[in-house]
Formats: sequence, C-alpha cells, structure tokens
Amino acid sequence: MSLLATPLPGFPDAAPLAGLAGGVLIGLAAALMLLGAGRIAGVSGIAARAFGIGAGSMPRAGAWAFIIGLPVGALIVMALSGAPTPTFAGPVPLAIAGLVVGIGTRIGSGCTSGHGVCGMSRLSQRSLVATATFMATGFVTVAAMNAFGLEVLG
Amino acid sequence: MRGLLVPLASGTIFGAGLALGGMTDPARVRGFLDLFGAWDPTLAFVMGGAVLVMALAWLVQKRMQRPVFAEGFSLPDRSDITARLVGGSALFGIGWGIAGLCPGPGFASLAIAPASAAIFVAAMLAGMVLVRLMEGQG
Repeated sequence: MSLLATPLPGFPDAAPLAGLAGGVLIGLAAALMLLGAGRIAGVSGIAARAFGIGAGSMPRAGAWAFIIGLPVGALIVMALSGAPTPTFAGPVPLAIAGLVVGIGTRIGSGCTSGHGVCGMSRLSQRSLVATATFMATGFVTVAAMNAFGLEVLG
Repeated sequence: MRGLLVPLASGTIFGAGLALGGMTDPARVRGFLDLFGAWDPTLAFVMGGAVLVMALAWLVQKRMQRPVFAEGFSLPDRSDITARLVGGSALFGIGWGIAGLCPGPGFASLAIAPASAAIFVAAMLAGMVLVRLMEGQG
C-alpha cells in the first residue's frame, strides 16, 4: 500500500496511484460487464432495474447480483487496507443529496459510471454532454456551498 | 448461475475499485469538485484509469459477434442531445456535490458507513420512484 500512497507534487491530499489503480479496477469491472454480459455497467440504471423502478432488458436477478457486489468489493478493500472509516454528511444533506441524485440520474439517463466511464470511453456524444454537465454543476455546487459556509463533512 | 456470476463479479470488482480509488470517501470526491479551493485531482486519475481500460474493451467489443456469456449485446444507441439529458445531468451534479456521493459509491458505502449510506440510497431510490410516478409510468 505504500506505493499506492505516493503523493502528487503540489497536491498534498491527492492519491494519484491509488486513484489510477482503483480506476483500472472499475474499468475492468465495466469491461467484464460489456464483454461478458453485453451490457453497460451503469449503476443508476442497474439499481433502478434491481428495485423494479425502471424498465430494462437486464434480468432483475443479475441487476441485484451487481448491486450486492458493490458493498462486498468495498468491504474487501477496506478490510485489507485497514483504512479508517471516512466522514459522511449528516442525515439531512444525505437525504437531500440522495433525492436529487435519484431524480437527476433517471431524467438524465445515467450517472458517473454509465455516462462518465462507459459512455465517454466509446465517445458517446450524449455521455460527453452529460458528464461535462454534471461535472460543471458539481463544481458550482461545492463552490457555492463553500461561499455560503455550508460545511457538510464536519 | 452463470447469468449471475458475471454481474456479481463485475459489481464486486467495481466496488473494490471505488474503495481503492477513494471514491467511497465523500471528502475525496468533494475535494475533486472543489475546483476553486483546495483541489484534489485524485478522481481524475480514477476516471482516467477506468476510461482507458474501457476504451480498450470497446475496441474488443467491435470485433465480437456476441458477448462471452450472453446471446447478444444490449447497448444504448441514442445520440440525440435533449433537454432531459442536460437537465437531469445538471440535477445529478448538484446532488453529487452536496454530499460527495454518486450511485456507485452510495451502494458501496453500505459496507463502510451503513447508516449514512442507507439514508443516501433510500432517498436516491425515492427520487427515482418520484420520476417514474411523475412521468406516469407507474
């Protein structure tokens, strides 16, 4: 893990190699879904399918298997790395954020995984526009919250 | 069983990648979105690594008649830029910025901070149901 903790000059908080390794794993997971099952590993769409909220051709059992895998994989990494539990926002901001994310990802047909990883990598015009848009509003949201002194992570 | 194995393995590797890349740490995600403050570029490396691997996978996919464990490919083929796409994505980015969580890390965090993640996931599913109800598909 020491190699993964290699810093980035000028950015004391960044973990570029851990980020890259995590990204490669995410890419491999999405590649497995594409080449193995012939589908996009888009978390918001698969979640909607698993919970019976959205239509789709993916078998619901398969959607559940993918969703259950997410915390299992995270648990394995956290157990192996012994990293401390990160700080999360309080219940109210979490609920507001979750609601907005749920509404936005359904209307916008995807999130960071479907548009950001799977769509951008095939140069989908829709995904490029979607990713540029949610990145931009994400930047503005954090900047605005900082400007108004809204600190959600304690 | 084979039909479950691929999505289970994919989800597990995906969740491991999210945790390894720091995406289950809201401070790291919000650090990336804090472009005008103490910017943390880690998320760009996560996204870059994932997109690079997937770009190769798309090259392989073009040469395949069918996926290894399924009858055929079931992929999005739309290319129209709509107000829905932009508006929905804009909303998603706002929610992402508020708590530093998007859907994948939301589910993955159920194993890290169950109470917090459960609130986010429940609200997210409620938001999805709301869209469905408002669009009269329920």
